[in-house]
Amino acid sequence: MSVDVKTDNALFELTLRMGDNALILGQQVSAWCGHAPVLEEDIALANTALDLIGQTTLWLGLAGEIEGKGRRADDLAFLRDTRAFRNALIVEQPNGNFGQTLMRQFLFDAWHLPMLTALKSSADKRVADIAEKSAKEAAYHLERSEDLIIRLGDGSDESRRRMQYALDGLWPFAGELTLADEIDAALATRGLAPALADIQTQHVERIRAVLKAATLKPPEGAPIRKGGKAGMHSEHLGFILADMQWLQRAYPGATW
Amino acid sequence: MAAARVSWGDMVKTEAKVTERPSTGAIWGWLEAVPDPEIPVVSVVDLGIVRDVAWQGDMLVVTVTPTYSGCPATAVISLEIEEALHRRGVENIRIKTQISPAWTTDWITEAAREKLRRYGIAPPVGEAACVGALKAPAEVACPHCGSIQTEEVSRFGSTPCKASWRCKDCLEPFDYFKSF
Repeated sequence: MSVDVKTDNALFELTLRMGDNALILGQQVSAWCGHAPVLEEDIALANTALDLIGQTTLWLGLAGEIEGKGRRADDLAFLRDTRAFRNALIVEQPNGNFGQTLMRQFLFDAWHLPMLTALKSSADKRVADIAEKSAKEAAYHLERSEDLIIRLGDGSDESRRRMQYALDGLWPFAGELTLADEIDAALATRGLAPALADIQTQHVERIRAVLKAATLKPPEGAPIRKGGKAGMHSEHLGFILADMQWLQRAYPGATW
Repeated sequence: MAAARVSWGDMVKTEAKVTERPSTGAIWGWLEAVPDPEIPVVSVVDLGIVRDVAWQGDMLVVTVTPTYSGCPATAVISLEIEEALHRRGVENIRIKTQISPAWTTDWITEAAREKLRRYGIAPPVGEAACVGALKAPAEVACPHCGSIQTEEVSRFGSTPCKASWRCKDCLEPFDYFKSF
């Protein structure tokens, strides 16, 4: 590690972005527990959520360490307000129906795996270690989500209609995950994170191949909806945080 | 003043207080008796969760690695390791968590695979160690009847490390410990 990471803002942002994406998606997916259409999918969703929350603990733990102000993973998760969250807008989109939840998961997983795989080569060993651990989990999340996208897309008329509807609604949010800002550029220059253009190529190719097999078509001319990475969120995040943070806000310092 | 509480259980369990540092070999032996909280027929050593045991002065450092990053058993495992060592008289223990190299089912010992099978869980098939090799294996033998006429019901199961399968010959459902 060649950089002074004690007060490294770009690295702090990277770990928040990775951690907040995992946290908000994990929180949303966990709401399916007990509600999925079949038992196997209920278990799959709960397990996926569990992996994401576990990854959150690693990322936000490191974020607190880098920040150096004594904030732990739990403090960052439960005591920040919306504007301090750095997740992409896609993960805060509502669960909707099962098809919409799956489509959101697939568009996320298809980014998550190449991103984590590239982060295994980060110049910061701590980032590389978390990426190594998480990439294995992201790989099987993607296997499941793309299998189901194909099965339901290339399925009955009704399932295809629903998956196309989910895609039309979520497609504008997929681009933000690989849209680089100056923080991403700085991270890439220093070898701390990959150039997002490379990840975008892999993200787009994977999505294209799966959608083709699923007989689904991305909407044309849709603008990229962005802002989450910079702390500018949709109103959905406020409701998610109100639910997630309620206990720590009402009873500060409560523990099991 | 109330005396310190000592239960009968404690008196039976606590063997002589250790004055000499036990050898790491002895400690490995003790840890081999610590069961996994979810799959008690195998130990935390069998599963490759304990990575290292070393003395740093008077402190025993036990290095552990989580199986899946969200596995709820991880905290319980650390607690059980501490308790097992306390019972042997080791007072000063630090549990160190290490995430790299990432845990893989390749570390599960041969003996443990046999124990899993006898318990009704099909052990991991093939080597897993790299990302991308996670596709369900072609052949998973039924742990009940040995038939390879089996099928995957779901890639996810009762714990993060298992998938749900069923046997088409004996018709029994079973857990498959995923290659990971």
